[in-house]
Amino acid sequence: MEFFFDLTVNGLLVGLMYALVAVGFVLIYKATSVINFAQGDLVMFAAYGAAVMLGLGWMPLWAVIPVLATGMVALGFVLERGILRPLIGQPVISVIMVTIGLAFVLQGLAAILWKAGTRELPLPVRVEPYVVGGVFISPINVVAAVTAILSLVAFGLFFTRSRFGIAMRAVADDQQASMTVGINVRRVFALSWAIAGIAAAAGGLIWGNMLGVDTFLALVGLKVFPVVILGGLDSILGAIVGGLIVGLVESIAAGYLDPYVGGGTKDFVPYVLMILVLFVRPHGFFGREIIERV
Amino acid sequence: MLRLNNVEVVYDRSILVLRGVSVEVPEGTIVTLLGSNGAGKSTTLKAIAGILGPERGEVTTGSIELKGRDGWVRIDHRLPEEIVRMGVVLVMEGRRVFEHLTAEENLLAGAHTRRDLGAVRRDLDLVYQYFPRLAERRRTRAGYLSGGEQQMLAIGRGLMSQPRVMLLDEPSLGLAPMLVEEIFEIVKRLNQTEGVTILLVEQNAAMALTIAEHGSIMENGRIVLDGAADTLQNNEDIKEFYLGLSEVGARKSYRDVKHYRRRKRWLS
Ligand SMILES: Nc1ncnc2c1ncn2[C@@H]1O[C@H](COP(=O)(O)OP(=O)(O)O)[C@@H](O)[C@H]1O
Ligand SMILES: [Mg+2]
Repeated sequence: MEFFFDLTVNGLLVGLMYALVAVGFVLIYKATSVINFAQGDLVMFAAYGAAVMLGLGWMPLWAVIPVLATGMVALGFVLERGILRPLIGQPVISVIMVTIGLAFVLQGLAAILWKAGTRELPLPVRVEPYVVGGVFISPINVVAAVTAILSLVAFGLFFTRSRFGIAMRAVADDQQASMTVGINVRRVFALSWAIAGIAAAAGGLIWGNMLGVDTFLALVGLKVFPVVILGGLDSILGAIVGGLIVGLVESIAAGYLDPYVGGGTKDFVPYVLMILVLFVRPHGFFGREIIERV
Repeated sequence: MLRLNNVEVVYDRSILVLRGVSVEVPEGTIVTLLGSNGAGKSTTLKAIAGILGPERGEVTTGSIELKGRDGWVRIDHRLPEEIVRMGVVLVMEGRRVFEHLTAEENLLAGAHTRRDLGAVRRDLDLVYQYFPRLAERRRTRAGYLSGGEQQMLAIGRGLMSQPRVMLLDEPSLGLAPMLVEEIFEIVKRLNQTEGVTILLVEQNAAMALTIAEHGSIMENGRIVLDGAADTLQNNEDIKEFYLGLSEVGARKSYRDVKHYRRRKRWLS
């Protein structure tokens, strides 16, 4: 039973991190209707950035974090402006293809810039688990969860309280009407990519630490797909719940099945879940409610 | 305050929809633009607001000018947010509120171009004075408001940008007669009390001509008749065509609304 609690707690903690990266994805989809297949590659890129900066030893971690976040925001802006803006008005499939292309370009670029081979991304987090009431909790999972919660709360405040947050939601609802009130729709598009960049920076730091930094890290980012399929492509709340579920399911599946199949369960169980959900609820469990008045 | 000079609009580089439209809206007045469905009224307002781009429309000739502090300035070929900042706001046909935002968030979105947060708060209260029902429902998501409330919200959202000119596209569309009267009264009050200049597009010609000083009749992308509102009201042709036709027109333009909703995600 304690083993089960271990798996549950750690799964949920990791799930929060999935939620955060998925929120970056959902934001882009909500505001711009672009399905961003490169979200995982942004995570990988951020992880490389962090590992390289820490590896140089010029800056302590507390200085690396804001530099990384700024860099990822800048990358988000550049990608939106350089690659996605020219595609406005083009068929959805073209845009999807471009984000897939972008994913591979980012991987190639990372390999060229920083050479293949796995890098370490050391964080000052202790390795020995905490033991709380007989349950073993991995400290990095706690850091992941706290980072995710803080970021999600910050995003939440931004969306409900700030001028640009409200503008982003307005654009997600009705682009042309947003223009009539003087919202610069393109700036909102760019902003959604910048925020996705920040989410990727957080994901890159944590996962880079857990798994080591190489181009395979991008695959972790692909977990956003089961997460957002569960939660609904355009629901922020759905992304959070979806993240928790995916974290939980993969942790429990890995804990109980890995001994029999020799490992690797984590890597495919979320996708099995995704396929099952697609059979039952093609729009996920929190997909945009279509408001129908009577 | 606002004038259009021989404006032509082409959609998709091929469909000529406005064929040389000239309209003048003097400062502080209400001018109404009437005409049956498909005449080009909404296109005219969208051209002024600078939001034809998403529909692949373009002003090809003519000019749209706004009177600023230092005389007339052209506003055609400007960005929509610049036009809003210069004091011209469009309240689109079909209400087009942000359904997933609360009523108050809709109003705040209307103030997006402004930085004077204290004044924005005061204007919020002003809008609630004009539309007390919105004050009661400020925390309700706009998608759940009634049609009349949504129309009020759309007008209130427009007001939040502190416009000097408000372009109103068929505010009576699909509303019960009593509500229509209420909305028109408020429009009149906004004009008289707040001094907002108004260009009002309507299918409900009878109603529009009672509050407007001036009217223009549009057909097939051209202004075919214009004059003082009371002259138009007594014009036999108008009595026959527009004061009688409004029912059919209303139904037709309802289809338009659905059409627009489908097109909503044009930028994807
Ligand atoms: N986005 C568009 N692309 C092509 N044609 C359009 C578009 N929008 C409107 N039209 C056409 O332009 C004409 C005028 O439309 P509109 O301005 O909406 O008329 P009104 O508001 O007077 O009913 C109609 O014939 C309509 O079919
Ligand atoms: Mg119209």
